[in-house]
Amino acid sequence: MPAGLFRALLTVAGAVAAIVLAIGISSVAIVAVGASPADAFAAFLNFGATEKAVSTSIADMLNRAVTLFIAGLAVAIGFRMNLFNIGVEGQYRIAAICAAFVGSTFVAPAPIQITVIIIVAAAAGGLYALIPAVMKVTRGVNEVISTIMLNYIAINLAAFLVRGPFAGERAEGQLTTSTPVLPESAWFPNVNALLEMFGLPAPRGDGLWGFLIVAILLGVGIWLVLERTRFGFEVKASGLNAPAALASGVDPKRMVISAMVLSGAVAGLIGLPEILGDEHAFGSNFTPGLGFLGIAVALLGRNKPAGIAVAALLFGFLDRAQGPLQFADVPPSVITIMQGTIVLLVVIANEITSRIALRREERRAAQALGRNTPVEVAA
Amino acid sequence: MLSKRFGRLATGTLAGAMLMAAAACGGSGSGGETTASTAPSADSSSAPAGGALKVGLAFDIGGRGDKSFNDAAYAGLEKAKAELGAEIKELSPASDGSNRGELLTQLADAGYNPIIGVGFAYGEDIKKAAEEYPEIQFAVVDSASNATNVTGLLFAEEQGSYLAGVAAALKAESGHVGFVGGVENDLIKKFQAGFEAGVKSVKSDAKIDVTYLTPDGDFTGFRAPDKGKVAAEKMYQDGAEIVYHASGDSGLGVFQAAAAAKKKAIGVDSDQRQTVKETNLQEVIMTSMLKRVDVGVFEFVKAFQGGAKGGTDVIYDLKVDGVGLSTTGGEIDDIADKIEAAQKDIVDGKITVPTKP
Repeated sequence: MPAGLFRALLTVAGAVAAIVLAIGISSVAIVAVGASPADAFAAFLNFGATEKAVSTSIADMLNRAVTLFIAGLAVAIGFRMNLFNIGVEGQYRIAAICAAFVGSTFVAPAPIQITVIIIVAAAAGGLYALIPAVMKVTRGVNEVISTIMLNYIAINLAAFLVRGPFAGERAEGQLTTSTPVLPESAWFPNVNALLEMFGLPAPRGDGLWGFLIVAILLGVGIWLVLERTRFGFEVKASGLNAPAALASGVDPKRMVISAMVLSGAVAGLIGLPEILGDEHAFGSNFTPGLGFLGIAVALLGRNKPAGIAVAALLFGFLDRAQGPLQFADVPPSVITIMQGTIVLLVVIANEITSRIALRREERRAAQALGRNTPVEVAA
Repeated sequence: MLSKRFGRLATGTLAGAMLMAAAACGGSGSGGETTASTAPSADSSSAPAGGALKVGLAFDIGGRGDKSFNDAAYAGLEKAKAELGAEIKELSPASDGSNRGELLTQLADAGYNPIIGVGFAYGEDIKKAAEEYPEIQFAVVDSASNATNVTGLLFAEEQGSYLAGVAAALKAESGHVGFVGGVENDLIKKFQAGFEAGVKSVKSDAKIDVTYLTPDGDFTGFRAPDKGKVAAEKMYQDGAEIVYHASGDSGLGVFQAAAAAKKKAIGVDSDQRQTVKETNLQEVIMTSMLKRVDVGVFEFVKAFQGGAKGGTDVIYDLKVDGVGLSTTGGEIDDIADKIEAAQKDIVDGKITVPTKP
C-alpha cells in the first residue's frame, strides 16, 4: 500500500474512532443527568415531521456550518505557520460592524453593493489583524497575548459603536440597538433552489443563506493559495521549520504579516452570512463566540479546507439539535460536551496515527537499508 | 504534517480559549433543565389534536434558573398547565443566542399555539415567526406588539417602583436613598422615574442617588454583580440608607454591599428575600418590587383560550396585581396602611406615575 493512501486511511480511521469514543463518553454524561442516550441520538437525527420542517432544519444546519467554516479557515491560515491568531473573535466583530454600517450608507446595484460590503469586511478584519502582526515583527510581542487583549478592545469597541456613532433608528419601545438596516440591494439572495433540487420545499424564514456559495469559493481559493502557490509553500515551510525557511530565502517578517492579515481578512467575512442573509444589520443580538469556535473547527479539520468543511458540518449538525434535544427532555448541554470531547479525541487520534505512520516508515526504511534496527526518519 | 509541538501548543491554546469562553458565560449555562413532569412531545408534531392547548415558551440566553424574571415566566406556564390543562414546553437557546428564531420555528412546527418569547431580545425573532405562521398567536414579554398576531406583555414597572419609593422614604430616617439601574434604557428608566416619584411624594426634600451600571445597548449591566456592589457601596458610604436595584443578576452585588454596610436594600422582579440563597443577604432585603411575569404569562394563555387575538399590548399594572410589593420578612408591615393608600390612589387614578425621570 502506498504510504500516502495508508496515511489517509489511518487519518479517517482515527477520526471515526474518536467520534465513536466521543459518543460513548457523551452517553455516560447523558445517563448521569438522568436522560436516555437513545432519546438523545434520536433527537440529533430528528429533522422534523413534515418536509417543510426537514428542509428548514437542513438550512439551519448548513447556515451554521457556513459561518463555522469561514471561522475555521481564518484560524487555520495562521495555524499553518504556527501563528496562533486567537484574535479572530475580535477581528470578525469589528469587521462585521464596519461592513454593516458602510453598507447601510449607500445604495448601489446588488452585485456592487454586496462586493463593496465584502471588501470592507475583509479590509477591516485584515487591518485589525495587522496590529498584532506589526507588534510581533517589530517588537517580538507574542501574538497569542496581543490578539487576546485586542479581542477585548474589539468587543467593547463594537458594543460602543453599535449604540453610539453607528446606531440606527429604533422603533418605539424597542430596547435592542443595531446599525441602520441595509438597503435591499445588500440582501444576499438565498439559495433555496439547492434544496429544491433535492425535492425539498423551500425552508422557513430566511432560507439557505446564499453566502454558502461565497464560502465554497473561498474554501477552494484558500486551498489553491495554500497548496498550489509559492506563498502557500512559504507559509508551510515557515510553520514546519522557521530557521530552515529563513535559510532558504523566506523572509519571516513578511510571512508573519501576510499570513496574519490574510487570516484577519478571512475572519472579517465570518459575520457576513448572518448580516447579509438574515439580520440585515449588526445588532445587540449578533452571534458572538464564532472566533473561538473557529479554533476548535480548525483543529478538528487539521487546518485543511476540506477537513474544516467536514468539521463545520459536524458542528452545524450537532448545534442544530438544540431544540429537538429539549423536546426529548435531554439537556442541550450534551452538544457542548460532544463537541469538546470530539475535538480533544481527534487531537489525540492525530497524534497516535502520526506515530503509527512514522513507525511504519521507519521500519520500511530499515528494511530497505537491510538493517535490523529502525532508522530515524523525519515525519 | 505539522510538528508535535504545534499540536500540543494548539491544544493548550484551545483549552485556554474554551476556559475563557466558559468564564465569560459564567453561570449562565444550565439553560436546559427540563422538568420530569413534562410529557415528551417530540412526536406529536403535525396537526394538534382538536381543542388541546399546547403552550410553548422560549427563554433568552441563560434565562431559566435566574430565580427572578425568567423563572417567574415559567411559574406562569406551570400554572397554565395545572389550571388550564395545557400541555407545555419550554426551550432555551444556545449560549451564543444564535438560534432564538429556530426555537420559535420548532415550537410552531411541533404544533404549539400560543408561543411566548421571554425578554425583549425576542422582539425581532417573534416578528419574523409571526409573519411565517399567521395562524399562531405569539406573545413577547417586555417588548411591544409588532404584528397582528403578537401580543406585547408589558408591565407598569413605574407603579410598583412608586410604592417601593414610598416604602423607602418612610423607612429612611435621613431621607437619603439610592437607585441602581442595570442598563440605562427606557425600560429601566421607568423603574427610576416611579421610584423617585414615590420617594418625593413622602419627603419632597429627599436625596436620591442614581447610578446606571452600563449605558444603553450594553446589556452586561444585568449580569455584573461586581459593578452593582461598587455602585451600592458608594451610595451607602455617602449616607444612603436604602438602595433599590433594577439590575437583574447585578442586584446580588447591591445586597452584598448592603449587608457589609448593615443597611437595607429593595429587590426587584420577584420576591428576592425568598429567592436569594444566602441567608445573610435575605435579611437586608426590606421588600421587593414584584413584576408578576407569571401573571402576565398565565393571563395571556387564559385569554388565548378564550379566543383573544394579538396585535395589541397588554399592560399589567397595580389594578390587576401585575406589579406590587412583597411583604416577606414583615419589615414593611408597620407602614402597610400608607402603602395601601398610595396603591389605592394610583388605582383610582388620583396619582399618575411618570414613566420618564
